[in-house]
Amino acid sequence: MNLIAILKVAMRALGRNKMRSALTMLGIIIGVGAVIAMVSIGQGAQQMVSSQINSMGSNMLYVQPGNMMQGGASMGMGAASTLTEEDVVAIQREIPTVAHVSPVVRSSGQLVFGNQNWFVQIQGTNDQFPEIRSWKVQEGDFFNEADVQSASRVIVLGRTVADKLFPGMDPVGQTIRVRNLPFRVAGVLEAKGQSMVGQDQDDTAIVPYTTVQRKLAGRTIPAIGQAMVTGVSETGSKLAEKQIADLLRQRHKIGAGESDDFMVRNMADVAATSAQLTTIMTLLLGSIAAISLIVGGIGIMNIMLVSVTERTREIGIRMAVGARPNYIRLQFLTESLMLSLLGGLIGILIGAGISRGISGVLGWPTLVSSLSVFVSFAFATAIGIFFGYYPAHKAAALDPIEALRYE
Amino acid sequence: MIVDTGRKVNIAGPQEDSGAVIRVERVHKIYKMGDVEVHALHGASLSVNRGEFVSIMGPSGSGKSTMMNIIGCLDRPTKGQYFLAGQDVSKLNKAQLADIRNQRVGFVFQSFNLVPRTSALENVELPLVYAGVGSSERLRRAREALAIVGLSDRERNMPNQLSGGQQQRVAIARSLVNHPSIILADEPTGALDTRTSTEVMEIFQRLNRERSLTIIVVTHEPDIADYGTRIVSFRDGRIKRDVPVESRRDAAAVLRELPPPGEDEDDEQ
Repeated sequence: MNLIAILKVAMRALGRNKMRSALTMLGIIIGVGAVIAMVSIGQGAQQMVSSQINSMGSNMLYVQPGNMMQGGASMGMGAASTLTEEDVVAIQREIPTVAHVSPVVRSSGQLVFGNQNWFVQIQGTNDQFPEIRSWKVQEGDFFNEADVQSASRVIVLGRTVADKLFPGMDPVGQTIRVRNLPFRVAGVLEAKGQSMVGQDQDDTAIVPYTTVQRKLAGRTIPAIGQAMVTGVSETGSKLAEKQIADLLRQRHKIGAGESDDFMVRNMADVAATSAQLTTIMTLLLGSIAAISLIVGGIGIMNIMLVSVTERTREIGIRMAVGARPNYIRLQFLTESLMLSLLGGLIGILIGAGISRGISGVLGWPTLVSSLSVFVSFAFATAIGIFFGYYPAHKAAALDPIEALRYE
Repeated sequence: MIVDTGRKVNIAGPQEDSGAVIRVERVHKIYKMGDVEVHALHGASLSVNRGEFVSIMGPSGSGKSTMMNIIGCLDRPTKGQYFLAGQDVSKLNKAQLADIRNQRVGFVFQSFNLVPRTSALENVELPLVYAGVGSSERLRRAREALAIVGLSDRERNMPNQLSGGQQQRVAIARSLVNHPSIILADEPTGALDTRTSTEVMEIFQRLNRERSLTIIVVTHEPDIADYGTRIVSFRDGRIKRDVPVESRRDAAAVLRELPPPGEDEDDEQ
């Protein structure tokens, strides 16, 4: 009894009904193909999200002022002006795991150059903005510490803003008007594209935060809405998260048991949350595809049962000349395995093709991981054995006398 | 994948020369068909010595087929014992019975029972595959067996490319390829014309004479039964008559008497 003989018989049996074998395999092909395509699309989405999160600045933390109650109504996180300039300085000075800190003061306004104008969200930061957001200046320079100290009227434009105000021109060194005040364009940031939520990150303008507070503000001086912090490393920012909280609690004289009047958010946590979301999506898509794989397995079982019935007499002959029941079982298991493995192989190729096609057409990155290939191949094998076992067992349990008489 | 290679059967001692190859002792066989019990064999006993050529006769329902199945190790007796080549095989399990059939018994059926879409050579090799014989040895022995039945030139043919007589000769080659203790033929000439039948019986007689093969043929036809050395008749699950053949027919001589075949009678189908 040898494997070559079994394989030969199996190949002959499957080759005899090529159409039937092909249709049976189709169930597995579609199942495996769908699993591979779905998982690769899901993993592509996951990768896209994480690369976007990284593009917002690695190791980044946000410190936001806390909730403010006004007449019993919660004004929401960030409404209070509990985060001060001194807090930001203290964070920079006292926490060694912090690499860069910048306060953020938000404003907005109409930018005017010649007969062009553009309404934009203005961010007031300090000179460490490019390091924190890992956002390079493409043309010109970012403003420096002296500009921040003296609240200079300098502005750095996002790519979109620069293109709107200066079509076909070099904006660096030009003077634009913001709320009727002249600002010198120091530089233009490189294009960063859409954020995770589909916002154009390049539709922005950066000025020193002191300038927002002293020059652009009206009657009330806008408070620091946020502080952006980067740690010296990934573990550093984890550590910094805790240390910042401790420092601010101490500075704000918050006793034990009292809740924070600020919030520290770690971009790594945001990344983890969205990674979890896309993982769930991937699993969901994958499991729907897996159901079709199981349906394919039922197809195999069906056709193997037909095959056992058709070959009852042949089984009887083989038993009469000395095939043990186990050998008959192995014979039919081999045939169902061949169907599912070949189907799995073709399915992997088709699934990889589909995900390639999708990334080509939609410009969506897809990723055929070796894990998903391995898992779906293993799954196909398991299905071949699982759904092939019952027909094989039925064949092995035949009575040779009955089988020989079968017409 | 688990493949069992150690396939050789443990056959207890070489006792074939001690006399009886087949010793069936008071076997009963009861089939249950729903609530009804059918008593197919009522304590039949039979002993066949090495080199005998036994013809088994009897009307349908007489128990002869049941006896054949038991002798061929396709079935087990409900009661009683069966010794094949000295080994008690009446209590063996399915896998062990398969091994005994493989090593000890060669089958020839009325409807030939070749594996379809499989060449003559591969059909003859089949018992050797299950015996775990290597491929070159398999080929050598299968060719040798095909030569004995005179079909060396047809080894590549599929069963549907062979006439009935040729198919039966392939079946005979398959039955003797593993050097069995007995060859069991169940109405081997039932589907063949007179001349082809005689040719088949000639092969059996030759194997019996030249190789001292023990041959058991079940038949309805008294003519065919007379090619044997002994006739055992069944009725109602018992052996009714067990007599030696007084004037045994010689198939080779009968063939010479027959009118010469028209063209090649093997291709008439």
